[in-house]
Amino acid sequence: MLTVTSLSVRLGDTEALRGVDLTVADGEVVCVLGPSGSGKSTLLRAVAGLEPIAAGTVAWNGADLAGVPTHRRDFGLMFQDHALLPHRDVLANVAYGPRAHGASRKAAEARARDLLAVVGLAGLERRAVRDLSGGEQQRVALARSLAPEPRLLMLDEPLGALDRALRDRLVRELRALFDRRERAVVLVTHDHEEAFALGDRVVVLHDGRVHQDAEPATVWGAPATAFVAGFLGHNVTTAFGPLLAVPPDGLVLDPAGPVAGRVAGRTFRRDHFRIRVTLADATALEVTVPADRVPEPGAEVHLALRPGAGIGLPEA
Amino acid sequence: MPRSSFRPVATAVVALAVAVLAVSAATPSVGAATRPADRTVTLLTHDSFAVSDDVLAAFTAKTGITVEVLRAGDAGQALNQAILTKDRPVADAIYGVDRAFLGRAVGDDLLTRYRPAALTTVPAAYTAGTRGLLTPIDVADVCINVDEAWFAEHHRRAPTTLAALTRPANRDLLVVEDPSTSSPGLAFLLTTVAAFGDQGWQRYWKDLRANGVKVVDGWEQAYYEEFSGGGQGGERPLVVSYASSPAAAVVYADPPIDSSPIGTMTRTCFRDVEYAGVLRNAEHPREAERLVDFMLSEPFQADLPLQMFVYPVREGTPLPEVFTENADVPTDPYSLPAGEIERNRDDWIREWTGIVLR
Amino acid sequence: MSRRTGRVAAITITAVPLLFVAVLFGWPLVAILGRGLAPDGRLDLGPVGDVFTDPSLRGVVWFTVWQAALSTAITLVLGIPGAFVLARMRFPGRDLVRAVVTVPFVLPTVLVGSAFLALGLARSLGAILLAHLFFNYAVVVRVVGELWSHLDPREEDAARVLGAGRWRTFRTVTWPGILPGVLAAGAITFLFCFTSFGVILVLGGPTRSTLETEIYRQTTRFLDLPLAAALSVVQLVAVAALLVVVGRLQRRASTPRGLGAARDLARPPRTATARTFAAVNLAVMAALVGAPLTVLVVRSLTPAGGVGLANYRALGQLRAGSILAVAPLDAVWNSVWIATIATVIAVTVGGCAAWAAARTRSRLVEGILALPLGVSAVTVGFGMLIALDRPPLALRGTVWLVPLAQALVALPFVVMLTAPVLRAIDPRVRDAAAVLGAPPGRVWRTVDVAIAGRALLGAGAFAFAISLGEFGATSFLVRPDTPTLPIVVYRLLSQPGSAAFGAATAAGVVLMALVVVAMVAGDRLRFGRVGAF
Repeated sequence: MLTVTSLSVRLGDTEALRGVDLTVADGEVVCVLGPSGSGKSTLLRAVAGLEPIAAGTVAWNGADLAGVPTHRRDFGLMFQDHALLPHRDVLANVAYGPRAHGASRKAAEARARDLLAVVGLAGLERRAVRDLSGGEQQRVALARSLAPEPRLLMLDEPLGALDRALRDRLVRELRALFDRRERAVVLVTHDHEEAFALGDRVVVLHDGRVHQDAEPATVWGAPATAFVAGFLGHNVTTAFGPLLAVPPDGLVLDPAGPVAGRVAGRTFRRDHFRIRVTLADATALEVTVPADRVPEPGAEVHLALRPGAGIGLPEA
Repeated sequence: MPRSSFRPVATAVVALAVAVLAVSAATPSVGAATRPADRTVTLLTHDSFAVSDDVLAAFTAKTGITVEVLRAGDAGQALNQAILTKDRPVADAIYGVDRAFLGRAVGDDLLTRYRPAALTTVPAAYTAGTRGLLTPIDVADVCINVDEAWFAEHHRRAPTTLAALTRPANRDLLVVEDPSTSSPGLAFLLTTVAAFGDQGWQRYWKDLRANGVKVVDGWEQAYYEEFSGGGQGGERPLVVSYASSPAAAVVYADPPIDSSPIGTMTRTCFRDVEYAGVLRNAEHPREAERLVDFMLSEPFQADLPLQMFVYPVREGTPLPEVFTENADVPTDPYSLPAGEIERNRDDWIREWTGIVLR
Repeated sequence: MSRRTGRVAAITITAVPLLFVAVLFGWPLVAILGRGLAPDGRLDLGPVGDVFTDPSLRGVVWFTVWQAALSTAITLVLGIPGAFVLARMRFPGRDLVRAVVTVPFVLPTVLVGSAFLALGLARSLGAILLAHLFFNYAVVVRVVGELWSHLDPREEDAARVLGAGRWRTFRTVTWPGILPGVLAAGAITFLFCFTSFGVILVLGGPTRSTLETEIYRQTTRFLDLPLAAALSVVQLVAVAALLVVVGRLQRRASTPRGLGAARDLARPPRTATARTFAAVNLAVMAALVGAPLTVLVVRSLTPAGGVGLANYRALGQLRAGSILAVAPLDAVWNSVWIATIATVIAVTVGGCAAWAAARTRSRLVEGILALPLGVSAVTVGFGMLIALDRPPLALRGTVWLVPLAQALVALPFVVMLTAPVLRAIDPRVRDAAAVLGAPPGRVWRTVDVAIAGRALLGAGAFAFAISLGEFGATSFLVRPDTPTLPIVVYRLLSQPGSAAFGAATAAGVVLMALVVVAMVAGDRLRFGRVGAF
């Protein structure tokens, strides 16, 4: 079990992490969600022992890891841009971890072949890594981080540059992989769909602080701060009185609605449209409307709140 | 306690560096052999030093002393190296100090007194100015050489005096060496000082310059490339070289020739002497003395002419036939006192540079 | 714990090259300058002022500067198109041309001087400029070509698509891309021409003197140590200033580039214009580099009165009295083993230096290591003779001093060839290896050494070639019983007679052949072709 307590990390002059708390139990998958620059990658690097810690502790099963160098932590980290060894072929990249842990070449390569099969790259063992496509490189990096059987697996944007179909498939595969193993997993992403699909728990990080740490449904249904709500795509507004988070489908066009505004733009969304309504105070609201009732841009509209759709937020 | 395997790498690098320094410090240096049984002597000299293998081997066989020859550029360079390193000399003996630098060599606490027994066989004139610190070994006359064939071909009469060289008839015929980079060049400058006096030589060089004298850096370039008798397409029939050059021309002729096409203007000569001496802080002073003895011995003296094209100082040393047949020994060469040279040499060279080159 | 050990290791690895330069260069330099400027313990900088007030010395300074500037300009103008041809065009024999073009750079100046004179060239300013071009052409071709071969052609394509003409594309895309290389090559060329010694001495004639030849004259002829030291100080300050300025310019001009070059970007010349361009440049190379080298080969194969191998046979027999002390063939062996030791030292110390240099963006380490290139060999040579004469640094006269001095000369090139490769390694690759359980030593071995190892081997081959051809320092420090090939060539050249000249050319050709083999091997070994001297 990983326990991170009051972790602060400075990168040069900026405070990348400010008092972050995080626990990950064995067998649990925690997704760290946040925009770029929120400190997600720094958190993983600090846990791995790659960034010096300014304050706080990183502990495993209660034992402080300060002073334990990276290579003795037995954590796995899959880097965002893979960081494959450019001079080694696919098999040697995956076998690198087991070899570093003292496995014989034969055993290490056998394990590497197994994992390459798991990620669907059987047959590419002898290819140079730079000749692989982005998706293939990503899967080599994944296989490589799994190969030494780390007690904690950390994945930095594991589905970053993939096309949608491959992404969806890998999300399913990863989920299956996580479910099979009694291993703690931390996954970093900027995509809440991905976080909700993969995480047992979601930790939302912003400006180096944890804004929310909860199960996916809770995060979606009850964002803890205005930032979380906004990041998930909710409208954050005081147009209806108190500070509320309102998902776009929590608003309806209603001539009798209390809030008036003008349609500033509209976007086609498969089975519906999303329109953008500018209010008198120059703030804007995103509203979901059925495809057959889309107002023209520039039209004057009135908006109402669906019952129970507004989520109260703490005043900042 | 976690330990890093970086440490062995760093340790290995340091160990290697230390080992290199340690081994090198333990390696005996030239002329610093520590075992008494290993009798070597190191001779610091100029690049032109040469001796026959068998002559040198005989010395080693007779004395048990091995000679290491350390060549350090031209004569001036070798001497300056000796002066710079005089506290811990790189060698035991030095050979090749000439008249031009005699004053510098004896004035700098560089040498230790030594008088070989065979010095009695050397004319007293050659020991002038040595203060017992240096032993004359050989004599070389720096003279203007004449390509006789060129003058015959052009139906002209070769000049015989210094004064003739400034006449229009001999325009663009002479090539000389820069005295700041060449020993014979410096010797020829001394010739003109001796001939025209402290106040007159400048005028003479102005005239030479006006008459188209060509200046080059070194003797090889002057003789082989510029001199028409040098065999490499040179165009000037007069060159500052040595009285022995006519003999050398026969020795090196290919195909062989009977008599030399080169003559010497025997009234333009400066008599240079080359000296050897024992360095003051030498590690092997006894061996160095044996080496100086050897250089005055008959075998070495007789070997000199054909090895370095200089004349032995030892009276009665037989000369090779090619010398007696082809080379004229000037009867009354110019000379200057060593002290006067030492006091004025650098100023003369600077003055010369201003007159002739700038 | 490990962080501290790591820091200790880092400091140690940085200290090795700095200590090496301090002992072999810094200390001797201080010793000889001290003799000149502080003979009785009190520093007197008066002679430095004389350098700028004495009109003839001022003339020397001025000539040194302008001939170097002119040489550099000519070399860049002719070298940059050549760099393009060898970097971006593919044609049969390109690797060999690339190797041969580099040969002059490591040839001893005495040999080249005589080759130029043998071509019938008169001593003149033109001869100096031509020789500088001959020696430094390779610098421009290699350094600029290196960047050019990494410049993504799609950048140029993008500019063309955006409507830029050829010239505009070159000016806005290509030129900024190669500019760091042009600056580096220009700086190296200027440095070599500024400190040119052999070329000026052999081809300049008595009226042309540079700082370097003037230091030589003042030291060896007049023993005017104060003036020689003053000239050395002026030269050193100028060189250091140059290195700083160029370092600044380069940092400003450089954009980080990845390891890249998985693909060879070179294409065969397809259009008639391209073919003409290639042909013209190859003709320039043939005339400039090929002709003098060919003259040497031809001379070596035509001994007096015929064609044959007599000159080469003479290498095994000729002893020329005691002038050479050993047969020229033994000098081949001396050269090889001395260069091997020098290479091992240069690669070990240079590897440490490159590693230290790659840890920062600052070019300080490279600058310090390049300083010895900017100081007269006479000054350093005499300095070594008086400074390294007592324990624990009693190196003088040992077999070690020559390889150590050669390693000192080769060191900056090893770093210049290796540091860029190390800099190009994504630091996250090292992190990844550590996360996978590799301790720092293993990371270093499996990442740094594995990637830079080939570059280091290539640099080693280059260091080997430099050591083979090194003359200036070697001539000062060589032991009489172990002359190297350049020394033998020099001694043979100063002997009268065509037999000695023939043997000198043969020895020169053997030297050239060794250099070509080392350079071709080095080119083959380099990984991804990142880094250039």
